[in-house]
Amino acid sequence: MTVSDFSRILDARRLRADFPALQRATRPGVPLVYLDSTATSQKPQQVVDALAAFYRSRNANVHRGIYTLAEEATAAYEEARQKVAAFIGAAEAAEIVFVRNATEAVNLVAYAWGRANLHAGDLIVLTEMEHHANLVPWQMLAAERGVRLEFIPVTPEGALDMAALPGLLAQEPKLVAVSGMSNVTGVQPDVAEIARQAHAAGAVVLVDGAQLVPHAPVDVQALGADFLAFSGHKMLGPTGVGVLYGRRALLEAMPPFLGGGDMIRWVKLRSFDVNDVPYKFEAGTPPIAEAVALGAAVDYLQHVGMEAIHAYEQAMAAYVLPRLQEVPGLHLLGTATERRGAVFSFWMDDIHAHDVAQILDHYGIAVRAGHHCAQPLHTKFGVPATARASFYFYNLPEEADHLIAALYKAKEVFA
Amino acid sequence: MEDLYREYILDHYKSPKFRGHLDDYTLVYEDDNPTCGDHLHMELKIAPDGTVADARFDGMGCALSQASADILLEHIVGKPVEEVKAFSKDDLLNLLGISLGPVRLKCALLSLKVLKGALYGLNAEGAQK
Repeated sequence: MTVSDFSRILDARRLRADFPALQRATRPGVPLVYLDSTATSQKPQQVVDALAAFYRSRNANVHRGIYTLAEEATAAYEEARQKVAAFIGAAEAAEIVFVRNATEAVNLVAYAWGRANLHAGDLIVLTEMEHHANLVPWQMLAAERGVRLEFIPVTPEGALDMAALPGLLAQEPKLVAVSGMSNVTGVQPDVAEIARQAHAAGAVVLVDGAQLVPHAPVDVQALGADFLAFSGHKMLGPTGVGVLYGRRALLEAMPPFLGGGDMIRWVKLRSFDVNDVPYKFEAGTPPIAEAVALGAAVDYLQHVGMEAIHAYEQAMAAYVLPRLQEVPGLHLLGTATERRGAVFSFWMDDIHAHDVAQILDHYGIAVRAGHHCAQPLHTKFGVPATARASFYFYNLPEEADHLIAALYKAKEVFA
Repeated sequence: MEDLYREYILDHYKSPKFRGHLDDYTLVYEDDNPTCGDHLHMELKIAPDGTVADARFDGMGCALSQASADILLEHIVGKPVEEVKAFSKDDLLNLLGISLGPVRLKCALLSLKVLKGALYGLNAEGAQK
């Protein structure tokens, strides 16, 4: 894989020009090398402009306003919903619930669907690679309802042990909730196959798409997701807006989540009737401008092309992985070469992850250090903390080279 | 390389004088920093005259958290307990001689937190007195 091979997939150098934050320096004279898109992506000017344009000229509260401005605001908000629906292949826009982030989306399902459908002794199947967002809400439900939790194990390479799935499904779980892509190892489990088997066993399938949706083409029908949770800010959008996709029949049958304005049809002093989906789950003023800007982010991603983004990051993973593995004393958490994105968590002999991150920052490289909200996975691999370098389509192979060179410098400091 | 990794800190990290355990100690405490996994265990021997006769630490974590423990113990051994109890966050930062952002401040101050836990007789989970 040479540098010119990358540019044949996607012109990252040209696209980078759209991202103002990528033009800045970490410090004067030290260019920013942003390798933390798994935590949050940078934003193109188009998204920043959409956010500002809404507040400049279309700001009003949505729904029920009779005046022109409110109608325009409502149209913009609902147009964003349609864009998101089309982006993930939802059958209709009503299956898109705007929430705060993927975490809130999972909590919404745990609270509304979980409390209505799960009882003592019922089983939820998760995986050992889950982000805390797709673990703790189920632990809370388990503690409250006596629901059982079982886990698809992670192999030493960081992949899911698919051989364990039939045995777990034989216990007839009510829900299988899996990550579409690990935020630690970058592993992308075969969610479609998991969903196929889970459905055959009668389970509902929730996919944590916080990492998958920004980095790969997603079609909820092909994926077999009954619920899909993702965040806007990891896919070029602003913070404060996320999405819960739910199959209409499931959403219809669920009780509401938060109570308040917008989620009701009629309210009397002692009772209320709920609104239709998706409004039933959108109590209070929603993140209007953020949703509109998320719509602009979806436009941008579709303009670049999710197939191209996925291919580019596959190429990046193939480029970075062997170079990292050549660094003496560096250990990767997750060495899978198949079905993985360009996310690399690693630890180094004699250098704590915080020190690695601090030294990389000295060279302008932004990586994260810690357990990345996946403590059980780190416990499994016996490391308290890792440093994580994560790439997006706007990262260049030269930036990977810069990372590798800086890791050798870190080794010199601690030699 | 910036301040944080100057020789003074790195020397204490790579070649600590006070890492290890005491055969006989009066006070013990341990704590961790869950956000980064830093862990510190500290043992103090208090002499009959009320001075810190000896001290050791053990643990794992970033260079700053471990070097800070070594520097702190080097400073307090031989001093009266009452004086050590008055030792403040600013005193430790002066001793380290570096300025730190909020995240790294936690790493640097873990040693002081564990020392104070030992001196004030708090019960650390898993640490046997």
